[in-house]
Amino acid sequence: MTSELLRILPSDRRENALADKKPLYLAAEARAEAERCLYCADAPCIKACPTEIEIPTFIKQIATGNVDGSAKTIFDQNILGYSCARVCPVEVLCVGSCVYNGWNKEPIQIGRLQRFATETHGESVKHGKKKPLYVAKKNASPKKIALIGAGPASLACAASLALEGHACTIFEKRAVPGGLNTTGIAPYKLHAEDALHEVEMVLGLGVELKTSVEIGRQVSGSVLLKDFDVVYIGVGLGNDSKLGIPGEDGPGVMGAVEWIEEMKVSPAKKGSLGRVAVIGAGNTAIDVARECALLGADLVHMIYRRSKNEMSGYLHEMNGARKEGVVLVENRQPVAFVRDSNGALTAVRVAKMEDGKIVPGSEGDIPCAHAFVAVGQSKLREIAAELPGVEVDAKGCVVADPKTGATGNEKVFAGGDCINGGKEVVNAVANGRDTARFLISRWLRAGAK
Amino acid sequence: MADLSIDFCGIKSPNPFWLASAPPANSGDQVMRAFDAGWGGAVWKTLGDPIVNVSSRFGAVDYSNAKMMGLNNIELITDRTLDANLREIREVKKRFPKHAVIASLMTETKNDWKVLIKKVEDAGCDGLELNFGCPHGMCERGMGSSVGQEPKLLAEITSWTKEFAKTPVLVKLTPNTGDILEPGLAAVAGGGDGISLINTIKSIIGIDLDRMVPIPRVGTGSSNGGYCGPAVKPIALHMVAALARDPNIKIPISGIGGISTWRDAAEFIALGCTSVQVCTAVMHYGFRIVRDLIDGLDRFLNEQGMKSVMDLRGRAIDAYKEWGDLDLNYKVVAKIDANKCIGCQLCVAACQDGAHQCIFTGPNDQKRPPQAHYPNDMAIAPKPQIVGKIAGNRVPWVDEPECVGCNLCQLVCPVDGCITMAEMPEDKPETWNDRVAQGRDKQPGGIHD
Repeated sequence: MTSELLRILPSDRRENALADKKPLYLAAEARAEAERCLYCADAPCIKACPTEIEIPTFIKQIATGNVDGSAKTIFDQNILGYSCARVCPVEVLCVGSCVYNGWNKEPIQIGRLQRFATETHGESVKHGKKKPLYVAKKNASPKKIALIGAGPASLACAASLALEGHACTIFEKRAVPGGLNTTGIAPYKLHAEDALHEVEMVLGLGVELKTSVEIGRQVSGSVLLKDFDVVYIGVGLGNDSKLGIPGEDGPGVMGAVEWIEEMKVSPAKKGSLGRVAVIGAGNTAIDVARECALLGADLVHMIYRRSKNEMSGYLHEMNGARKEGVVLVENRQPVAFVRDSNGALTAVRVAKMEDGKIVPGSEGDIPCAHAFVAVGQSKLREIAAELPGVEVDAKGCVVADPKTGATGNEKVFAGGDCINGGKEVVNAVANGRDTARFLISRWLRAGAK
Repeated sequence: MADLSIDFCGIKSPNPFWLASAPPANSGDQVMRAFDAGWGGAVWKTLGDPIVNVSSRFGAVDYSNAKMMGLNNIELITDRTLDANLREIREVKKRFPKHAVIASLMTETKNDWKVLIKKVEDAGCDGLELNFGCPHGMCERGMGSSVGQEPKLLAEITSWTKEFAKTPVLVKLTPNTGDILEPGLAAVAGGGDGISLINTIKSIIGIDLDRMVPIPRVGTGSSNGGYCGPAVKPIALHMVAALARDPNIKIPISGIGGISTWRDAAEFIALGCTSVQVCTAVMHYGFRIVRDLIDGLDRFLNEQGMKSVMDLRGRAIDAYKEWGDLDLNYKVVAKIDANKCIGCQLCVAACQDGAHQCIFTGPNDQKRPPQAHYPNDMAIAPKPQIVGKIAGNRVPWVDEPECVGCNLCQLVCPVDGCITMAEMPEDKPETWNDRVAQGRDKQPGGIHD
């Protein structure tokens, strides 16, 4: 299993050049940090976690040397607790709510402690020193569930259902599973192979994975509805949105998500990035800008049409990017990509913005050899068409109950970015898990009748 | 500057801070470096027939990130030759004639005591301390605490030493006894000039759970040791006070047991000690701690308007009363400073689960238990709406009529000064003993049905 999944990844990926910003704690470091935790009652960190992990408990368990118990406390609420530990924006979630913040003390490094517990446990299982924490139950009347997309929402949903002995099959259109955890997370947070190890753990619970199968192409929605008791939509978002300006199509201009995917799962291309322009100021834009700076780009400009106070990206991420040399260009709207006679990208032409309007005659060129467009991702509206009764709202999101994932088709549930328009991995995990819990209790009640 | 010098039954010392008879006072080199650092005296590591020590020898209790709250040892008396020790005592006294050097002694027969006393007094020591306290190893051979636990034997051996000694004799007591007054009074009966206490407490510090062997491990086994360090201070304070307030004990007391700071020292002196002895804190941090011991005590005495250590001595003894003499009408209640509160709610957990259920979470808390302390006709006050600067609506509130003033919330609160215990208006003071004397309460000790 291990070799099979990891063999998909080329060994010489660009992301290899990007080191872990928050490396695994040593045992002594973890213990010392864990001992700092006040063990708050009714702790605010738990409330700030979309999966409501019992954070003070797992931290206490690290302090007492019960690392496996700590990992179980985490996984019981969040089966993808390992990747969440590494990719969650903890500064605005659990860590941001630590009571130490208000006391002007360094908040507890919850993400790093969670990584320590989950990774230490995972390694000991991998090396045969410990048994896995979970064994799937035997279920006398297992249900069949098809999950579309092998990202965090589907993985969390499938894992929870598989533990109860249900038969889960995940269909993934890419060659690599894991969704954005594999293809879209900044490498200084999580490398693709680490994401795949987590996928393996889920598959180890008895979940079946079919890669390079796209619903609506290789397999139709009607087949799924016929062959399975439940269909779960966890497809995430679609391709990068485009600016729709002259010169956008052609070499040198690429969508940000597409670029991250290439960096993480494709063989590294030789040669310098030169000067880079990143369009947008969300967290994906910041990630890409920071990665380019770390990969040795000559200069990285982030171009944003509004002011830095209006950025959707997190301040702590932007500060991190600044430290790597990223330059934010505010109040500039790209109006064209400039190319030389050979068609090679030479600059982004930008215009000054005032009060949301372009200032006439204010155009200027920001030279660049590469431009990455990070202004959002399109929605995968087509999936709804495959599954009768499933609706898509005006923004292109699948309409689903945020608590249960229920859609307009009683057999179809949905969760993750495709219903919320793009949130954190941990939100997708919470969605997948909650749908699984809802289904499990429904089936239990039906079985009891 | 206050006068820190003391005269301990004729032993003069520039300050009350002595090294206890223990590893820090094992050699002339150590004692001289200690005196250079500022220590006023040293009780030499116990002299006698040199023994052979084991490896390892120490074990500790850590709490949270604090190391060595309690220390336990299975080291015995000196393992160096008597001649070497005597030579070094002579050298120390030559170079530090104004500092106190007290020889701790442990031997068996009357003649042994005679020989040993002559030798150490000839070497120039200022006084003797009889080690009747060591609770490990030596007691198995009929010495140390096996003497301290037999008042008659203790008095007899003390009287032998008084026959031979020209310098003052201090009797060092073991706390491993039911009532410390018995050996204390025996020391007086034997003619002792002073008392030092406590020696270490018989203990097993912990178990190596991987090997199932107690700590400190000596190969495949271990033995009970002697417990000391900050954790034993409360036990030592009580035993010191029990002797200091007894009218039959008029000889000076040298306090020992967990003294790490000038505050600890001041507390021992306030309970009747003339000098204090320090070991664990030096083993943890080195001789340099004496700088703040001296400076802190000096500033404290000055601020209190006390001219000398003797002014402080015994100041707290009168307030150490029997429980039956405490004022039953005195009442304090917890007050939470909403703006200092960080919202950890440890006080809520402690009060709800560990005390008297009178602290509640924010204004949303609807649970209010039966009101044990409200008169039936008392209107229950509306729940206060509290919003703190730091903790917002996580600030807990105190149901004051229900508060019994136990202090627990204040003890668990991590923020100094956030929870205070406010004095309530009081009726006339009344004690349990008053009530019994007036026939209004039953004599203790029976059901009285």
